[in-house]
Amino acid sequence: MAAIEDFFDHPDAIGIGDKVYVMDPSRCIGCNACVQACTECDTHKGNSMMHLEEVDRASSTQTAPMVCMHCDDPTCAEVCPADAIKKTEDGVVQSAEKSRCIGCSNCVIACPFGVPEYYEEFDMMMKCDMCYDRTSVGSEPMCTSVCPSQALWYGTIEEFHATRPGTLSNEFQFGNRLVTTRVHTVVHEPGPLDVLLGRSFEPSVVSDPFGFDEIGLPEVVG
Amino acid sequence: MARAPLTEAELIETYGPHLNREPKGGWDRDIQIDKVVDTHCCFCGQQCGIKLKVADNAVVGFEPWYDFPFNEGKLCPKGVKRYLQGSHPDRLLEPLQRTDAGFEPTEWDPALERVVDEIHRIQAAYGKDAFSVISGSSLTTEKTYLMGKFARMAVGTANIDYNGRLCMVSAAGANKKALGMDRASNSWADIPLAEVVFVAGANIAECAPITTDYIWRARDNGAKLIMADPRVTPLARTADCFLGLRPGTDSALMGAILNEMISRDLLDHDFIAEHTIGFEEAAAAVAEMTPKAAQEITGVPASRIEQAAELWGRPKTGVLLHARGIEHHSKGVQNVLSCINIGLAAGRYGKPGCGVMTITGQANGQGGREQGQKADQLPGARDIGNPEHRAVVAERWGCSPEDIPQAGLSYQEQFQAILDGDIKGMLLICTNPMVALPDTNMVKAALEKLEFFVVIDFFLSETAHHADLVLPGSLHEEDEGVVTTAEGRCVKINAAVTPPGNAKRDWEIILELANRLGAQRYFPYEGPEDIFEEIRKVSAGGMADYAGMTWDRITAEHGLFWPCPTEDHPGTPRLYEGGKFAHPDGKARFIPVTYQPAAEQVDVDYPLLLTTGRVISQFLSGTQTRRIGPLVDQYPEPLVEMHPRLAERHGITTGDLVRVRSRRGEMTAPAQVVETIRPDTVFVPYHWANGQQANLLTNPVLDPGSKIPEYKVCAVQIERVTTGGTPQDARDTRLTTG
Repeated sequence: MAAIEDFFDHPDAIGIGDKVYVMDPSRCIGCNACVQACTECDTHKGNSMMHLEEVDRASSTQTAPMVCMHCDDPTCAEVCPADAIKKTEDGVVQSAEKSRCIGCSNCVIACPFGVPEYYEEFDMMMKCDMCYDRTSVGSEPMCTSVCPSQALWYGTIEEFHATRPGTLSNEFQFGNRLVTTRVHTVVHEPGPLDVLLGRSFEPSVVSDPFGFDEIGLPEVVG
Repeated sequence: MARAPLTEAELIETYGPHLNREPKGGWDRDIQIDKVVDTHCCFCGQQCGIKLKVADNAVVGFEPWYDFPFNEGKLCPKGVKRYLQGSHPDRLLEPLQRTDAGFEPTEWDPALERVVDEIHRIQAAYGKDAFSVISGSSLTTEKTYLMGKFARMAVGTANIDYNGRLCMVSAAGANKKALGMDRASNSWADIPLAEVVFVAGANIAECAPITTDYIWRARDNGAKLIMADPRVTPLARTADCFLGLRPGTDSALMGAILNEMISRDLLDHDFIAEHTIGFEEAAAAVAEMTPKAAQEITGVPASRIEQAAELWGRPKTGVLLHARGIEHHSKGVQNVLSCINIGLAAGRYGKPGCGVMTITGQANGQGGREQGQKADQLPGARDIGNPEHRAVVAERWGCSPEDIPQAGLSYQEQFQAILDGDIKGMLLICTNPMVALPDTNMVKAALEKLEFFVVIDFFLSETAHHADLVLPGSLHEEDEGVVTTAEGRCVKINAAVTPPGNAKRDWEIILELANRLGAQRYFPYEGPEDIFEEIRKVSAGGMADYAGMTWDRITAEHGLFWPCPTEDHPGTPRLYEGGKFAHPDGKARFIPVTYQPAAEQVDVDYPLLLTTGRVISQFLSGTQTRRIGPLVDQYPEPLVEMHPRLAERHGITTGDLVRVRSRRGEMTAPAQVVETIRPDTVFVPYHWANGQQANLLTNPVLDPGSKIPEYKVCAVQIERVTTGGTPQDARDTRLTTG
């Protein structure tokens, strides 16, 4: 079996280092490139560890990708009775170890983000390991590599701020518990500017895409 | 009589579409990778760089190609799963001939001999042009050049056209008219430099997904996004200004924007004065088209049109991207001209961060039209009717100008000519009119009327069902050559594997036929690189000048932009620098555009507008992508998108079966009830076959200049189909009975 590193010459091949994974659902176009690419991984062939949800197709084309958040203090590992979920020194929470996992689904129930899934055909939990086979040797995760809109992004926080707007957040409050994660999400400042009025506004596309509030509904005779 | 020899169901049983889901040998096989080949995706005009992993002469997976500058590793789901078209159970491995009992295998020699005999017989009985050739733009430029030369110099017919005729010819015609040259004005590198991005009639997220990132990079720099579309497509959802127009009213919208730019004096007066002619006439043509007047026609609030004019006209830089949404109309050329007019008015050419670009749909949408397989063009994007252009090509081909036929019929016109009895035989490669042409019932009637029909393809397409003879050609990864992308960047396709079984590379088949037709002296090629070298010579001095390109340069420089006249020329990513346009006087033309309605209007019987398009997981007529399991899973069958307000009137909810009927035909598919479409419009994607063609409904009326059909607007009625069961029962029944 040829190794992954034989096939690519990634420009930034220096290991994970201080790179982070960034998710910006506002850019997601729902194309499923991440899901399809994830199924190509040698460690979970044909299965995607990436989740992509339609938020509410009836009202919007908004979609939301969801990946393992790689918690600094992973609940899944805490609740695992078999000690099957390990976190690497460079901060990646691994999928369950096949030899240890007993398929109890404690992690599936406990994860505050709803990420791990139990696979009956393998009788074990599997989840995203941030493409450790790729990232540990300096390449990128497959999903961030292919993402056409770069809603999924991988790099250092400095690189992110040098090229893209938005505030990065990796702190999530669940009841009394603060969860911090390796994966960051993007929080956007107030939206676009109304060039006629000279102030920011909520784009009408969100609530009234066709402007019916202004001109009324078109007559539907069909 | 090119009737399908068995029932559709029997043909599908044998030849598919079946679904391939795993690499050759399955997921669990320990695959030894033999090599990794740098090449490009086989699908759309973006031509993303991709590395194909090869084992045992089969493509078994991919790696992102981070170093290729256009996409830097990015891919859409079709690119990710493209490799599953190889080692496919449906792959044609030997020539097939029709018998009363169905298709049966035959040998190459008698098959090729039969093609030649039929060409001779038909041409002797009915004249040279009674045998026609239809080609495609997913082929390499070498093959498209070969198809044009083969049709004209071996078959001797004027009737050669290609499926780019169904794609971007309206843009080609408008660019030539206004700017003097048929190519996107800029490389995509100018998009992130723009202060405003205007997308008109292009579902970027699903049809040109990688362009999404270019637009976001512009927005990261502060650019605003305007999108005009009858649907809130995934990228439109985030637009700063969304113009949700009624299908078929594009030039009214653009006319009103020009009108408003004039009112607000958002014009680049110096640019207009120095580099253009005809502004006054263009302005006069939109004098009545105020935002308020356009609101009545387009259904877009006047305030949004004013906003768009301000957003587009005020900054110093901006790009406008358009695609089939404005081009697939009987006024397609006018629609594009109306976009060019607002580009010229704002001085948006020949400068960083500026440009008005069409997004070609097919892999070689650009290259496939400029080197000689278009009915009205010779290589180098030369005009077939121009005596000087004919003389240049004749001299380089070593023939007399009289030996080169004059302009032939366009794609759709050829099908009408079959029905009229003027075309009796056809050779077709790389296109699937039973899905792709408008008015499927008419297409079927035409195919059934042919005396002889030969198809070159790698799968038995729905069109090939009607063939007398099917010749197994090559998949993208089985051959090499170049393609020119939407940007105008000529890139190198590299072979990863050899054709399986007795399949041959397409050019080998065409060369064999040319030789047997006695035209050897015009086809002295050992392989595609010889053909490319001839393209360099023949295109030299023409508009699409490839003379300075070599395969080695193209590889080393990650593609080259034409015109590239000499080997030390760097290529031309940005056209019209310094405001120098391609017309002899160097000036661009404003062409006046007065809004004219679509050919078919709604009425009491057909009260709704239909518009058609694509989904991300399928490509064009689906011959390849309907055979790739993970892509089919993503969007298994067409859905009829409609607004809840319309659905409610018919008692329709999501999943209900809906029959859509036009004056030409009807099709049935499940409803998708969404607020993201205009209430007066329904949308159906067109990739499917066997009664689920959206093109059963569409109008075959053509743009008089570009000859593009009006896929994007026709009048329909809808009704809920009562099946007595739940939507899921209906779906199960439909999928099991086909």
